[in-house]
Amino acid sequence: MAELKSAELKSAGLSLEPVAGWGRHPVERGAVARPERLQLPPDGRPVLPRGLGRSYGDAAVPAAPGALILETARADRVVAFDRERGTLTCEAGLSLAEILRVFLPRGWFPPVTPGTKFVTVGGCVACDVHGKNHHRDGSFGHFVDRLVLQVADGSVVECGPARERELFLATIGGMGLTGLITEVTLRLQPVESAWMVVETEPVPGLGAMLDGLWDAGKDWPYTVGWIDCLARGAALGRGILMRGRHASQAEAPAGPPPEPRRLAVPFDAPEWLLSPVLMRGFNAAYYWKHAWWKHAWWKHAWWSHARRTPARRTRGAARPVPYHGFFYPLDAIGDWNRLYGRRGFLQYQCVVPRAAGAPAVAELLERVVEAGTASFLAVIKDCGPESDAYLSFPLEGTTLALDLPYRGARTEALVHELNATVIAAGGRVYLAKDAVTRPEDFALMVPRLAEWRKVRDRWDPEHRFRSAQSVRVLGDTP
Amino acid sequence: MKAAVVGATRGMGRALARLMAERGDALVLLGRDAAELEVSARDLLVRGARGVVATARLDLAEPAGFAAALDAADRALAAFDTLVVTAGDFAPQESLERDPARLGRLLDVNFTATAVLCQQAAERLAGRGGGTVCAFSSVAGDRARQSNYLYGASKAGLSAFLEGLHLAYADRGVRVVCVRPGFVKTAMTAGLPVPPFAGEPDAVARVVLRAIDHGTPVVYVPPIWRWVMLAIRLLPHAVMRRVRF
Ligand SMILES: Cc1cc2nc3c(=O)[nH]c(=O)nc-3n(C[C@H](O)[C@H](O)[C@H](O)COP(=O)(O)OP(=O)(O)OC[C@H]3O[C@@H](n4cnc5c(N)ncnc54)[C@H](O)[C@@H]3O)c2cc1C
Repeated sequence: MAELKSAELKSAGLSLEPVAGWGRHPVERGAVARPERLQLPPDGRPVLPRGLGRSYGDAAVPAAPGALILETARADRVVAFDRERGTLTCEAGLSLAEILRVFLPRGWFPPVTPGTKFVTVGGCVACDVHGKNHHRDGSFGHFVDRLVLQVADGSVVECGPARERELFLATIGGMGLTGLITEVTLRLQPVESAWMVVETEPVPGLGAMLDGLWDAGKDWPYTVGWIDCLARGAALGRGILMRGRHASQAEAPAGPPPEPRRLAVPFDAPEWLLSPVLMRGFNAAYYWKHAWWKHAWWKHAWWSHARRTPARRTRGAARPVPYHGFFYPLDAIGDWNRLYGRRGFLQYQCVVPRAAGAPAVAELLERVVEAGTASFLAVIKDCGPESDAYLSFPLEGTTLALDLPYRGARTEALVHELNATVIAAGGRVYLAKDAVTRPEDFALMVPRLAEWRKVRDRWDPEHRFRSAQSVRVLGDTP
Repeated sequence: MKAAVVGATRGMGRALARLMAERGDALVLLGRDAAELEVSARDLLVRGARGVVATARLDLAEPAGFAAALDAADRALAAFDTLVVTAGDFAPQESLERDPARLGRLLDVNFTATAVLCQQAAERLAGRGGGTVCAFSSVAGDRARQSNYLYGASKAGLSAFLEGLHLAYADRGVRVVCVRPGFVKTAMTAGLPVPPFAGEPDAVARVVLRAIDHGTPVVYVPPIWRWVMLAIRLLPHAVMRRVRF
């Protein structure tokens, strides 16, 4: 598409600017609109919805230079709220941060939340995000009762589990390629407080980590592991296991937790800061900090576990922590993505089915370690059963996410290698974080891709909705 | 507070109405588009507006309807004590130069209609012992610039009117707040290059609400603009002619 002239841009309320995902690679110029009412331009030209740009790779990046990007964050009104059931209907640009601000004081929490609250509800649907409770509750789409879309021909369509079901399932996890989500009806979960009961435990290696996650998942709604992914040999996979649950009223300190202090990163970090030596030091320090000061506490947890009284176990555990410290540790550091320097970074996230087990996870970790490409930490998590949505990422098994500073061909080669392992194991990568995966590899990862394509083609035969990612992974014309 | 708000569906008005709702104020939203007003009213109710959030029709292009709209607001709130007008018209200088009808509309809405509405409301409030009238002007009204003097003139007129209204009604208990925003990142300014000192609607709304509560006659938002405009007002004409900002 030809670039628009600047006068045209201005009068249409658009500005031409560089657009990138959270990883800041790749970057493409787009004509960005930020309307308060979500509406497709009547002229039928290609468009890509975008929320708060917290997906990492090229999912929310223009398909071609100057292509139209529709940022939704100003369309953030609550349309209805059922005080009894916690059912929220809102415009797609409403953020989880705003949901937390407005509804948490009244005892409602997002049913699923990613590791940052600066995401829109529309973005959460389009990526079908998962959280630390996936093993128990599934992904975001499970809590969506209804979507309103404006589809390629401009008409407005309502869909849900029982109404236009195929469009519904193609849109959840559909990466903005089936239509513009304008409104979402979502079930929030009731909580008694804004505090979390959290236990952390150092684990010495991968086997212990996987077992620990599995065991913790039986009793705890939220589980996650942090892996020191530079530890080698027997220590491969060592890290910190974390489990949490919402604190009851009785457990919670009086009053809401203090607001997190926000620091910002004022500049792009220089490359030397990312040197493997420093990374190694950082990771080891992180591990030992926990391992050390958890020691006394750990004995205690064991003791209370032996008593098998859950109430006592939690009383013995650490004091409740504010929910944001548990869910959104990185949000406290404003633009932390700038720490990776100008060239940006990739986040690699994949899931391998339970059947493939520890060997596949070990192989992935080993490859990263071998490559010596620095990554602060890897996050590991157990996933529960896969959803009906065609392109939804999680499937029953283990997911691993790690940051890879972008170093051109070297990094891309590593991703292709990791992908080969993932494919062999029957797993897949997460499009919300991907910027590199080849189309043929992606096709091997997603058995229901053909079904999804059919539904998409029915609603959007010309592929009006397209992104840099859909050009790369699905072969759309730019 | 019991406020009637013109412009609460969008931009700065939306941010301000949310702050008022969250602290439990009672609101009536006035505007043209019934469906939009309805969605915003529900949003504000869920966000905590304790009182009524009702809507009533008001079109700044039709001053004949103002009395009826103010009556409706009075009925819904059992007499409002605050009128806030954030609505206004905006168009880039070139299109106003090219299109006299467009220019006429902008001058009518930003100056004539807003003045008529505020005057009527002030009289009403004075009649019942007082209240607050708050309207959004612009720093563009502080000093004419070649690049946007048409919009600026409409706001200069409004600023002068509000200043006079403040003086004239102070003794009758009516407080008048003239808000002068610099560049604020809203849908209205979308597509324009973002200058230094640009503000976010939420931060701006907080400052404005404080001004409304205190009855501050003139408030610049973001506050730095008070000093920026002081400097710009001091520039001699010859300099203004040469710097084409
Ligand atoms: C620190 C951090 C932690 C994260 N942790 C997790 C995690 O634990 N689990 C997880 O699943 N994800 C995680 N993510 C990824 C993030 O949650 C998702 O990418 C999320 O969808 C981003 O939302 P957004 O509003 O920023 O959307 P964007 O990144 O702007 O857009 C993402 C996709 O959604 C589409 N989209 C957005 N709005 C609409 C709409 N209204 N209609 C149609 N399509 C739309 C876009 O086209 C694009 O394809 C994390 C990201 C960060 C930065």
